[in-house]
Amino acid sequence: MLPARQGPGHLAENVLHFGRVLRAAGLPVGTDRIQLALQALQVAGLETRSDFHAVLAACLVDRAEHRELFDQAFALFWKDPDLMGRIRAMLLPKVQLKPGDLPAPPENRRLGDALFPHQPDRPPHDEPPEELQVDAALTFNDWEILQRADFDTMSTEEWHAARQALKRLKPVFEPLPTRRSRAAAQPGRPDWRATLAAQARAGGEGLAMRWREPKTRPAPLVVLADISGSMSRYSRMLLHFAHVLGHADARVESFVFGTRLTRTTRLLNSRDPDLAVGQVVRAVQDWSGGTRITASLHEFNQRWARRVLNTRATVLLISDGLEHGDTAQLAFETERLAKSCRRLIWLNPLLRFADFQPRAAGIRAMLPHVSRFLPAHNLQSLDELVQVLVNQDQPARIH
Amino acid sequence: MTTAAPTSIETTQALLLEHDYVADRQLATCAFLALRLQRPLFLEGEPGTGKTEIARTLATALGRPLIRLQCYEGLDLAQAAYEWNYGRQMLEIRLAESGSANKDQLARDLFSERFLIRRALLQAIDPALKEPPVLLIDELDRADEPFEAFLLEVLSDWQITIPEFGTVKAAQPPIVVLTSNRTREIHDAVKRRCLYHWVGFPDAQRELAILQRRVPNAAPKLAQEIVAYVQKLRQMELYKLPGIAETIEWTRALMELDALVLDPEVIQHTLGVLLKYQDDIARMQGSEAARLLEEVRATVQSGTR
Repeated sequence: MLPARQGPGHLAENVLHFGRVLRAAGLPVGTDRIQLALQALQVAGLETRSDFHAVLAACLVDRAEHRELFDQAFALFWKDPDLMGRIRAMLLPKVQLKPGDLPAPPENRRLGDALFPHQPDRPPHDEPPEELQVDAALTFNDWEILQRADFDTMSTEEWHAARQALKRLKPVFEPLPTRRSRAAAQPGRPDWRATLAAQARAGGEGLAMRWREPKTRPAPLVVLADISGSMSRYSRMLLHFAHVLGHADARVESFVFGTRLTRTTRLLNSRDPDLAVGQVVRAVQDWSGGTRITASLHEFNQRWARRVLNTRATVLLISDGLEHGDTAQLAFETERLAKSCRRLIWLNPLLRFADFQPRAAGIRAMLPHVSRFLPAHNLQSLDELVQVLVNQDQPARIH
Repeated sequence: MTTAAPTSIETTQALLLEHDYVADRQLATCAFLALRLQRPLFLEGEPGTGKTEIARTLATALGRPLIRLQCYEGLDLAQAAYEWNYGRQMLEIRLAESGSANKDQLARDLFSERFLIRRALLQAIDPALKEPPVLLIDELDRADEPFEAFLLEVLSDWQITIPEFGTVKAAQPPIVVLTSNRTREIHDAVKRRCLYHWVGFPDAQRELAILQRRVPNAAPKLAQEIVAYVQKLRQMELYKLPGIAETIEWTRALMELDALVLDPEVIQHTLGVLLKYQDDIARMQGSEAARLLEEVRATVQSGTR
């Protein structure tokens, strides 16, 4: 619990404390920001509560998505006892102890943890039960078998071996030229700056030209993984796959969806793959629950598409496509998604069945809009996927 | 004519208002702090909410020149900060070859101020300037990430280091406004040096005030209906919500058509001014537009009564 000191002369201390609360709640508030806030308060004065709020917000927030958390923290920390908004009141902040007084919308668990770190009656983060069963059956770790084994029916050892195999995967991404350049040995674009600098050093003698060439950069990749019950094991392995890709100097954004969409890019940043995937599993509420593909795609299109997609991006959509709702709407959202990226690759584990036919209404609705439709149920199919990612194939639509 | 920087939040707000920029208290606070603490102002928000406009207004209000740097992918130092005049440098080498100039002298001369082409960033921190200008770095999210690194030295130390030449440092720091439409996240290192403000859509009252200032000859009833209509549109799930810029444009368009009040037909014909996605327009065609108009009528009526 935070001892917000009372009485005059504690403003600086309280601002410092407030900064620490924000930091514990996950806002990147450094010491420099707190100093800046104190400096700003001296300049702007403390006339009204809303100005005080504005000054602190300008100095301590630097991301749009942190604004709400900041507002909640502000309301909690700088609680005004008589609600008059007077300066005196501002200097006497009170923090309520009882958790019942929290305006507690479900999102602010982080903030609650930051304000009341040792609260006994708060249940620990529930760990999802480990789903992997130890299986005493035959365990060949033969490479060939491992390559073809289905993720869903793998034994624990095979699963571990597959994860190890993924770590060894060295994906090379399709290089796209950018508008930046680097020094080149071959004649191309003349580098006047380097040429003239060399000539100046040589005193105007010698006419060796220097050259530049365009830099290339791997195309950005966006992973959208369905984590509903039937997909859960495939999606886990694909998250491992996304993690490997993310550490191969490509820009990878990842999202998972079941009944709602969650952005997991930052969670997957951790170096250790098991740790990273574990973080995603903990953070996402609806793991192995139902799925609402249409609603999740809609949310992605509405909120994220314009921020994480550009005309160079490849989207990997991992889903079985078994949607029972309005398939016309699903077709619309898939089309919109396909139109906002360069290629939409749909990975569907149902393709593991040799006689698979796209009969389900959901699959038929989505299929016309994807540029590739690939299986993703074993290591071999992931290997093939890597080949597709590397090759600069033109989007060929399936009809 | 330069005006002294405002001394309080109120005077900042009043100064902006005097130049037809209706800022809410929070934005005025940020602008005031940016001027007083000499920190760059980082504005993020939906397109068309007046982010660029505040830089223009600050420049006019304070009587400072506005230097604008429009960002785009691949923007580099040569276009943003400085470039050497290669043509003249080559000519200089030719002249030196024909004459009998000292070689060391040539090496020194070739990269001197004479051959330097100044671009926006270097212009803004020119130590010869009497009054620091307003530097607008517009739509930073359009530039790629490597460009942000170029900005770090300018934003924190007001200087640019040119390897062949030396360091150019501003005598007085310029007033810097950075804007972003948030199509991607800007790196923390840039944001850390700035004061941050999210520019949201205004409420009905402020939007009406903006409209009255920007389009003063619009009929009051029409302005009221337009604001109410746009406010209703923003509550819908559209791909691109109309900003204030669109509201102003729509008002001008309706006035050109001599509309005195909104009616379903004129809305149909001018929807393209307000909405820029075919899906959004298709949604608003027909009964939906009329239904929204009914609701707007009801709120405007109850508001005036």
